[in-house]
Amino acid sequence: MSLQLVFDALSLGGIYAIAALGIALIFGVMKLVNFAHGQFIACAVFALILPTADAVAVLGLGALPAVLLIPAIIGFGAGLAVLAEALVFRPLRHASPVALMVGSFALGVALQNLLLVLYGGRPKAISLWPDLGQPVQIGAAQVPLLQLIVIGAVALILGALALMLKRSRLGLEMRAAAEDFGMARLLGVRANRVISGAFALSGALAAVVALVLVAQTGVADVRMGGQIMLVAFIATVVGGMGSLPGAVAAGMALGAASALLQAFLPDAARPFRDAFLYALVILVLLFRPQGIFASASAKPRV
Amino acid sequence: MLTSHQIRRRMAATTPVLLALLLLAFVLMAVTLGDRAAARMASETLIRVTLVVGFWIFAGNSGVISFGHAAFACVGAYVSAWTTLQPGMKATLLPGLPEAIADAHWPVLAGAGLAGTIAAALALVTGAAILRLSGIAASIATFAFLAMINTIWSNWTPITGGTSSVVGLERYVTPWVALGWAVAALIAASVYGASASGLALRASREDEVAAAASGIDRYRHRLLAFTLSAFFCGVGGALMGHFIGVINPDGFYLSLTFLMLAMLVVGGIGSLSGAVIGVLAVSVTVELLVRLEKGVTFGATTFALPPGSQEILIAIAMILVLVFRPAGLLAGREIMLPARWVTGRSIPKE
Repeated sequence: MSLQLVFDALSLGGIYAIAALGIALIFGVMKLVNFAHGQFIACAVFALILPTADAVAVLGLGALPAVLLIPAIIGFGAGLAVLAEALVFRPLRHASPVALMVGSFALGVALQNLLLVLYGGRPKAISLWPDLGQPVQIGAAQVPLLQLIVIGAVALILGALALMLKRSRLGLEMRAAAEDFGMARLLGVRANRVISGAFALSGALAAVVALVLVAQTGVADVRMGGQIMLVAFIATVVGGMGSLPGAVAAGMALGAASALLQAFLPDAARPFRDAFLYALVILVLLFRPQGIFASASAKPRV
Repeated sequence: MLTSHQIRRRMAATTPVLLALLLLAFVLMAVTLGDRAAARMASETLIRVTLVVGFWIFAGNSGVISFGHAAFACVGAYVSAWTTLQPGMKATLLPGLPEAIADAHWPVLAGAGLAGTIAAALALVTGAAILRLSGIAASIATFAFLAMINTIWSNWTPITGGTSSVVGLERYVTPWVALGWAVAALIAASVYGASASGLALRASREDEVAAAASGIDRYRHRLLAFTLSAFFCGVGGALMGHFIGVINPDGFYLSLTFLMLAMLVVGGIGSLSGAVIGVLAVSVTVELLVRLEKGVTFGATTFALPPGSQEILIAIAMILVLVFRPAGLLAGREIMLPARWVTGRSIPKE
């Protein structure tokens, strides 16, 4: 029971952390709260299947072997995000954070309705890698193979991303831009490159979340990115806007809280789990309004 | 002799009057010239004016975008349904209601008033937590609040009917009822905007630090505006319910939030007139697009937009407005009478 809970918390928290990183990366470089992130996830899910209005999905890209499929979907997510940046957010580069946020909300609505026009509104069954549901015996716990893969993949991605941010030139430039964008540009950081890079990374992370969601639920639904995006938003606020380690830590914490609530709430209250989670977050913010790891750039300087 | 300050106050007082006359002209035109569909569209538009003007009281004055106001509309709609539905209907649709509410059969006006009051009370409680956050973080917290209300309303089946709709609401909302509430919202918005609290809140929107240094308690004024604005969103939600006759939690979720935001952004968040003009502009556009989706015949050929393209086009229009006219159609200006009309004589030299 308790070991089972640890795995549940780790895999859910890992997904939340990946999604929160996707939000925090973009917020760091251009102060954009990306309300289209959930729709990036949904688009990556639907990229697996061919456009039809039927209830049973016909696999398109999804029919590829995993070795090709995973890079293809991640590339799709990155490409979509870069395209969105070039078409929507580049013209808004000098707009206020509020206008950027509203613009991204509009982009999300446009993408969602585009999916509705192409695929119809009904959720579709997708069977992607059905073998991954098999349980594996670890000690006293029965853990689905998928959960182990998710935990491993999340650890790998977080490690690679940390290495990239610390060691590579693009990573260094991104961190500099997150600290003080104007100053970074004066010192020779190219704005377009850094911002496109951040969007590409964020889109790739959205695609990872999409793959995990499809493998877990076996459904493609136009609304499926929404709940996870909301949790990711909350994680970035709780972690301190613009702090990447904060976003990861808060994502993990929310995943753990969610798994605990699922396990220990009485049956009657379980459908309200997310409502409890959101209320818990508002409560946390009452005591630390600036988040747990507030970054220096998050507060306006006087 | 009037001082220039007095003249400006008089000019500002003409804004709600002119906007109310504009709405009256809109209703008269739709009722006398248009078909039944036009009259329905007029009621729907005026309900949205109530919602968006309510929304503007907070978002416009504080500069904080709220994603949570659709939740107040949701609460308002259900409060009105709980108090005004036939007790027999409630026994079958909502068996979990406490006895006092289950037996209640209130007149609709009292239902709408209570809808606004409960929404305002909820705003007072949640705002006390959410509004302590800084601008963007507060926006995200309002989004969490919206999702929280939607989760509760979709799952609390004995009380709210869950995801299945509550039906049988008395359909009393004519264009004239909607006009009455829209004008009430306009008056409240302009009275609040001209009050000391409204001025203080706008000062903190323009420069947080300078306002704090002048002794303005931003949190208190934000909370007041949030509460007042939730009242009209609650009433707007009740009107929406009684306009269609059927309510469902998902009717008050993301698409309503999007529509309210789009209207405010297109018209211009900086002024009350912007909010009203935004509602009119977006509503008329949506109506045209919906008719285009049904198909328009030019001679022998029928031209129709694919279904669902309406929201895509509105979203694109919203992005274009943000890029090319960031302050919206009215760019923060108010519609008001010129100075010489309100003084009745030539303008004094300053």
